[in-house]
Amino acid sequence: MHSSTGIVRVAGVLLAGALTLIGGLASGDSAVTPGSRAAGMDACVAPTDVMRRNHMEFLKHDRDRTVRKGVRDIEYSLAACIGCHAAEKGNGDYHPVNDEGQFCSGCHEYVAVSLTCFQCHSKKPEQKMSTLGALQGELDGDRFSGLQPGAAAIIDEQLQRLHAISREVSR
Amino acid sequence: MKHCKEQPEDLKRREFIGKTVLAAGAATVAPGVLLAVANAGSDSEGVNDGVRWGMLVDSNKCVDGCTKCVEACESENGIDRMQRPPGQDDAMWDAQRPQWIRKVKLRDKQTGEITNLPMMCQHCEFPPCVDVCPTGASFKRADGIVMVDRHTCIGCRYCMMACPYKARSFIHQNVDNQSIRTPRGKGCVESCNLCVHRIDAGGSTTACQDACSKDGHQAILFGDLKDPDSDLSKALRAQSSRQIRADLELNTGVRYTSV
Ligand code: HEC
Ligand code: HEC
Ligand code: HEC
Repeated sequence: MHSSTGIVRVAGVLLAGALTLIGGLASGDSAVTPGSRAAGMDACVAPTDVMRRNHMEFLKHDRDRTVRKGVRDIEYSLAACIGCHAAEKGNGDYHPVNDEGQFCSGCHEYVAVSLTCFQCHSKKPEQKMSTLGALQGELDGDRFSGLQPGAAAIIDEQLQRLHAISREVSR
Repeated sequence: MKHCKEQPEDLKRREFIGKTVLAAGAATVAPGVLLAVANAGSDSEGVNDGVRWGMLVDSNKCVDGCTKCVEACESENGIDRMQRPPGQDDAMWDAQRPQWIRKVKLRDKQTGEITNLPMMCQHCEFPPCVDVCPTGASFKRADGIVMVDRHTCIGCRYCMMACPYKARSFIHQNVDNQSIRTPRGKGCVESCNLCVHRIDAGGSTTACQDACSKDGHQAILFGDLKDPDSDLSKALRAQSSRQIRADLELNTGVRYTSV
């Protein structure tokens, strides 16, 4: 790529500026939405500045690894993005992660990108559910959707909930 | 940035902008960037051709009227989440809703004898669907599973025409309530992938096999065709089986006995 032309450099500076602006517009310095798991965490699956610039490449790369090669423990799983970045409504349900003002929408609106991903991919993590069977389903979902090690805490939390419920059921 | 070889480069514009951003911010972000790129490229190998997944169906054990395998497939693969578009009549809905596995009933005109068998993607060694696909979306994994990469499928449906088993479905409608595990959307072709998510997670059965066994029929046996010690290979050695449309010489991964 010929990144030495003037236009390119200007475009780059502009986009970098846009990204800073987007960051500034959202709560504090972050586009992370309140009520999402990410809001209570320190770091994304890669350094934040790297994620801002390269998440689309990472997703595409790892999508091929999963679908074509059957590698499920990918670093950049779309299911995992949604698991951390979808904001809870408060009643156990989630806002679709690409709704207006939600995590996967704000920046994209700004740069006029419209994602097709969510025509097929779920926009929400599996709902929090109260019954044992449903939670089991949620666990299966996570096991099969290839969450990476960084998200192990989520599974632990779910396991604890599952155990708590099964104790109640068997009582 | 590394890319998977088999994927066409269709992201020129972003790569262009992305690289420029990298250049602009190189001083501060370079170490992090290099680190992340290295991670993204360090491939754990994925599936290999040391195995070939296949199936043996005993149609003697496949019970007339039983649809357990179909139901299990539909819930395993999120097909049961699809809703009939408002106003669509029964015939159209039955014709258009996706079916990864279906029951076929054969009746011998002479003797009246009835044979039941589940029909699904036969996971051919030489799959016609792959031959005709213009984008490479139809492909065969190293472990023999034939499937659609819906990220590259353009919905042309050549593969559906080419398949002698009528094993593929096209999604005609917008889909809204997918589970996180079963992405699906309008305009792509899909078919049985031998419960690939289970296999990748180390599982050794498919949903249809489990359901059939649970109901006491044991008509479906899934396993590794290349492992001489697998239950599947043993069963194939022990009894005579056949490929449907063996004349096409596709070397199907799904075999049938008592047909
Ligand atoms: C384990 C939870 C987790 C997962 C999984 C995750 N993220 Fe993040 N992400 C975070 C956190 C926490 C932050 C905020 C980091 C910070 O404050 O610097 C963040 C920040 C980001 C940012 C920068 C936001 C900004 O303020 O500019 C982007 C972009 C991003 N994530 C995209 C993704 C994508 C795409 C995926 C899926 C490949 C993903 N994330 C997966 C937790 C996660
Ligand atoms: C036409 C439907 C469709 C569209 C559109 C689509 N996907 Fe997928 N995607 C799938 C299917 C099907 C799978 C395979 C799921 C499996 O086997 O677990 C998948 C798997 C993935 C995976 C690996 C599993 C995961 O959750 O991490 C990633 C990453 C991914 N897609 C990213 C994307 C991105 C990014 C987009 C948008 C640019 C996108 N997909 C658009 C259907 C689609
Ligand atoms: C910090 C801002 C920001 C956030 C937050 C963000 N993105 Fe992006 N995204 C961008 C930018 C900028 C582009 C590229 C624009 C371009 O190439 O012109 C982009 C492009 C993409 C693309 C490629 C689009 C295409 O047409 O191929 C995908 C896929 C994507 N983002 C996925 C996500 C997902 C999934 C999330 C939520 C987990 C997310 N992004 C959150 C800024 C962001």
